Amino acid sequence: MNDGDRRYGMETRAVHAGARPDPATGARQTPVYQTTSFVFDDVEHAASLFNLQTFGYFYSRLTNPTVAVLEEKIANLEDGRAAVACASGHAAQFLAFFTLLEPGSHIVSSRYLYGGSVTQFTKSFARLGWQADLVDPNDPDVVEAAIRDETRAIFVEVLANPGGIVVDIEPLVEIARRHRIPLVVDNTLATPCLIQPIHWGADIVIHSATKFIGGHGTSMGGVVVESGAFDWFASGKFPGMTEPEEAYHGLTFAETFGDFGFTMKARTVALRDFGPSLSPANAFHLITGCETLPLRMQRHCDNALEIARHLETHPKVAWVSYAGLESSPWHGLARKYLKNGFGSVFTFGLKGGFDACTRMVEASGLFSHLANIGDTRSLVIHPASTTHRQLTSEQRATAGAADDTIRLSVGIETVSDLIRDLDEALERA
Amino acid sequence: MAGHDHYSDEALRSILRRCRTIAMIGASPNWVRPSYFAMKYLQGKGYRIIPVNPVAAGQTVLGETVLGSLDELQAPVPMVDIFRNSEAAGGIVDEIIRLRDDKHIQVVLMQLGVRNDAAARRAEAAGLEVVMDRCPKIEYGRLSGELSWSGVNSGIITARVLRL
Repeated sequence: MNDGDRRYGMETRAVHAGARPDPATGARQTPVYQTTSFVFDDVEHAASLFNLQTFGYFYSRLTNPTVAVLEEKIANLEDGRAAVACASGHAAQFLAFFTLLEPGSHIVSSRYLYGGSVTQFTKSFARLGWQADLVDPNDPDVVEAAIRDETRAIFVEVLANPGGIVVDIEPLVEIARRHRIPLVVDNTLATPCLIQPIHWGADIVIHSATKFIGGHGTSMGGVVVESGAFDWFASGKFPGMTEPEEAYHGLTFAETFGDFGFTMKARTVALRDFGPSLSPANAFHLITGCETLPLRMQRHCDNALEIARHLETHPKVAWVSYAGLESSPWHGLARKYLKNGFGSVFTFGLKGGFDACTRMVEASGLFSHLANIGDTRSLVIHPASTTHRQLTSEQRATAGAADDTIRLSVGIETVSDLIRDLDEALERA
Repeated sequence: MAGHDHYSDEALRSILRRCRTIAMIGASPNWVRPSYFAMKYLQGKGYRIIPVNPVAAGQTVLGETVLGSLDELQAPVPMVDIFRNSEAAGGIVDEIIRLRDDKHIQVVLMQLGVRNDAAARRAEAAGLEVVMDRCPKIEYGRLSGELSWSGVNSGIITARVLRL
């Protein structure tokens, strides 16, 4: 039976959501619709599609049947209303903010961010006239004080990269509601298996699907999910949602598309006009990866906790920042917000500092030295000399990427093999 | 239907299968209005949509003449779709109750964002089925799988090919 009335578990949804048998062929696995374009029935059908009066495919820059399966799958896993996928996590952030912001707009962001996002927000967004303040997200007074008349969003990574930091989002939901602006939560590191931010009151959820969702290090991709609960009209701060859009002959997105109006606008204006579309082939790889997301996340988290505990007792290790450890200042928040585990990306410090870190990274035989996270393979990096090198020393320290810091993304290999490899590398550090 | 916070897919599917002629109150001749979008889409799926709007009476919208009132409808019209605000829906529902037998009306649907619980109770007491805060275009799209083409979460998990 075609039943939308039942509740299904995360594992069932990871496999099935969005991925019903292909209506054209009955193909059971999602086909790769590797095509740029789709024929119109007639001129009238074409007009309806361009006017957004009917649902349908015409050009893969906007919509594609393979990409759509990924979009619905992630929207479903996050218990959101709708989603738009794009070429990368960075593109997802751009689509979300282009849809929310005008020149002169401002965002209040957590300062615990992926280094590339710090650069995107403070350098490239500034050139579009978007201002960003990066603050301590776990101090509600500081967040509140940073909000101005022009502020249009609060942004956080709920489980932050790279430091194993958990953000207390409940007080931020209150602040966002009081100021009638959306709370935008990046859920890349936790995934919906550990937390569904929409259940806590987030309005928009962002993913770099490149990481755990795809999970195998094969394909770039990003997703923006909309909760459907934000009331654009009551807010009154988003004329782009509530007033006629010139680019579509005066259509009003929040009125015509209701609780998925934000997704429609992100797709049909930002994605259409800037073009960071997800390729169907990449969507296929991300869908296939996502089917095993709950299984993989459990192993990722179990391995990471065991490794973090081991490192904490190692004589060359100065500190370990993993939210799953009782010693972590974020452990209480992690217990409150995360279920099933504490993620697999975390940092630790070497007593030997910068030089010891580079020696350790180069000595590992099983941890791959590269810039990604969320792969089946275990990964290691020294952020200060790589991902975070464009930041100042002070910015690096506040982002949890100081000179003595090593970041691990723990994979799904046999955990005793990983621990042995780390021990050997530490010996040479 | 019991309760108006949730409608089962089965109930909505049954309504959309049964009611192939829909009177649309508040249908607009302006082609960027949501009612025009909904009318055009549903016509494309084989529904007959009869626009009712005193302000536009006598005009033609998408090949249909706009009626000035529900009294002018030719029976049977199994569903009335209310594209007006929640307050205005109350009076319209009373009219529908009055015309129920004459026009063979079975279902009253209030559009997305439109909800009037008192009117719904009166309609249900008169034997009408009531759906509030829903759009027939969006529900048709969701249950047929077409809404998923735009990345919308249909909530439908199935190992069978989806058909409305």
